[in-house]
Amino acid sequence: MNKNKRLISGNEAIAEAAIMAGCRFYAGYPITPQNQIPEYMSWRMPEVNGVFLQAESELAAINMVFGASLTGTRAMTSSSSPGISLKQEGISYMAGCELPGVIVNIQRGGPGLGNIQGSQADYFQATKGGGHGDYRMPVLAPSTIPEAAELMMAAFDYADFYRTPVLLLSDGILGQMMEAVEFKEYKPIKKLVKKDWILDGARNRVPRSIFSLMTAPGALEKHNWKLLEKFSKMEKEVLSETYLAEDAEILVCAYGIMGRIGKAAIQMARKEGIKAGLFRPITLWPFDSKTASLYGSKAKKVLVVEQNLGQMVEDIKLAVEDSKKVFFHGRPGGGVASKEDLFEKIKELIK
Amino acid sequence: MSKEIKVKIDKEKCKSCGFCVLYCAKGILFTGKKNNAKGFFYIEFDDKLNKCNSCAICALMCPEAAIEVFKEDKK
Amino acid sequence: MKPVYLKPESLKDVVTSYCPGCGHGLVHRLIAEVIDELKVREKTIGIAPVGCAVYAYDYFNFDVAEAPHGRPPAVATAIKRCLPDRIVFTYQGDGDLASIGTNEIIHAANRGENITVIFINNANYGMTGGQMAPTTLPGMRTTTTQKGRDSKLHGFPLRVSELLATLEGTVYIERVSLIDPANVIKTKKAIKKAFSNQLTGTGFSFVEVLSPCPVNWGLKPLEALKFVKDQMIPYFKLGILKDKTEEMKKEKGA
Repeated sequence: MNKNKRLISGNEAIAEAAIMAGCRFYAGYPITPQNQIPEYMSWRMPEVNGVFLQAESELAAINMVFGASLTGTRAMTSSSSPGISLKQEGISYMAGCELPGVIVNIQRGGPGLGNIQGSQADYFQATKGGGHGDYRMPVLAPSTIPEAAELMMAAFDYADFYRTPVLLLSDGILGQMMEAVEFKEYKPIKKLVKKDWILDGARNRVPRSIFSLMTAPGALEKHNWKLLEKFSKMEKEVLSETYLAEDAEILVCAYGIMGRIGKAAIQMARKEGIKAGLFRPITLWPFDSKTASLYGSKAKKVLVVEQNLGQMVEDIKLAVEDSKKVFFHGRPGGGVASKEDLFEKIKELIK
Repeated sequence: MSKEIKVKIDKEKCKSCGFCVLYCAKGILFTGKKNNAKGFFYIEFDDKLNKCNSCAICALMCPEAAIEVFKEDKK
Repeated sequence: MKPVYLKPESLKDVVTSYCPGCGHGLVHRLIAEVIDELKVREKTIGIAPVGCAVYAYDYFNFDVAEAPHGRPPAVATAIKRCLPDRIVFTYQGDGDLASIGTNEIIHAANRGENITVIFINNANYGMTGGQMAPTTLPGMRTTTTQKGRDSKLHGFPLRVSELLATLEGTVYIERVSLIDPANVIKTKKAIKKAFSNQLTGTGFSFVEVLSPCPVNWGLKPLEALKFVKDQMIPYFKLGILKDKTEEMKKEKGA
């Protein structure tokens, strides 16, 4: 038996992967369906001499991550949709101060308190800003639990390498379900350098400061241009998966849990002789428009499937030359399209 | 009159709030007639009668850390 | 000539952006003196608030981070937990600490974080031009209470020190002022104690400073000192509100 292989829930796998990647600070606030993350961290962090803090609020939690990060500690927080809205303040400040950190969103239905079912309704919030100000943030969207673990480790590397907050965008289904995960040993995917900007006391060096207020004439504009340079480098980190997309006449575009269901529907369609294929973005920002464009433009029809009222569909329409052939199928509020539903939709479109 | 100045006021830091003047027991600090780069009529120290005992109350009250105080070496 | 008083090393040699007679500069200087005296400049990390003291990193000669509005206690909590042997303090105004950041200060205090908090109470929002703060006195005019604060509409001034003193997690809480040399000396003593407590691991220490804000109060600097004395102190009583320092030291074996 492989001792690294465990039957584990998505939430716990994410937490363990973070520990393996060297995360030594966690602050969070209870909210369903992500509670297994703080619960796991509450006993696991002390085992590795890390810090676990149950914060008084989401605002406090993200600002604790801000504080831990500026000491050079790998730090994270997790929440679900309404809590992620509250964390936007800290995320914007981290982007402005160029502080690394990882935020996990186990999405649930919205708007407002919504419900506690899995959802993909936070795509806009995650990829188009969320917080105030001109910033970009890598968004990673796993479709299986092993992939969630892998991306969680990578998230810390992206965060440190680019000095940026990174969001792992998952959902309640993936968070709650269990799968066998073979935890691979953590190996950094980026060359990581010593953090020479941290605040740890000005011993034998000049004092440092970390701030985001820049009121001197031109100072903020200069900072914004510098950030853009970084965002342009980050844009090269696109990740996506394609499945039978080469000859696809109908291209299904879906991410996260819907990417997985989409794949199953495509297998059903192929059995019936329908040339269906999949484009699944793994990074939602940066978005792999190139691949979407390549296969989307070749296909006769493009079907975007999401667990919401249609959000990523806008990015697909921007990527595919003829946006008229882009169709959308989604279920909001915790509704989940089954592989049979999607297969029916594929058949309908290809008629 | 002592040859060396016991109270040194950094005139560019001084904002003329007058806290030092108010609490100087010897009355040897006063608002001057010249202004600094920021436009403040900075505080001046005038100790013709060598009254200053280097108590440093002026420095204690200064919000700008603009005052440094010295005393004569004991002979 | 022998020096009696020199500018502390923990202050940078710069002109501050504070108004004439503002209490911030004085408290900055006292903090810097204390940090010098305790010889902890090279292991101190300060957290600046949002408000007039937002540029504190330009004035303090040690590591300083600027936190989002009201969040310094959360930021300081994490820094101290990650680096327990460093000296971590927050410097916050009444808008930052007593209004938008009440949640953060109450819970950091209640957890008994081993940090130092310096709280500047000048009864208004200074940086934004003198609006009503939670600490604004009844009847006091501000730009959002132009006929004076009406307690029926806006409630009463918040006594944060008294509030925090009720929490089990707090160790030392004192309210001080800057109205005259004797009180400035007391303030420095309080700040020194609040920092010393961190060195001995004694726990959460909090100093509230009643501080003049002449420009926004529409007063001259000397009148502002008098305002603190005659108007603020009767409502915000000076003194030690809580001191478990010796008790905690015994517990810690310090």
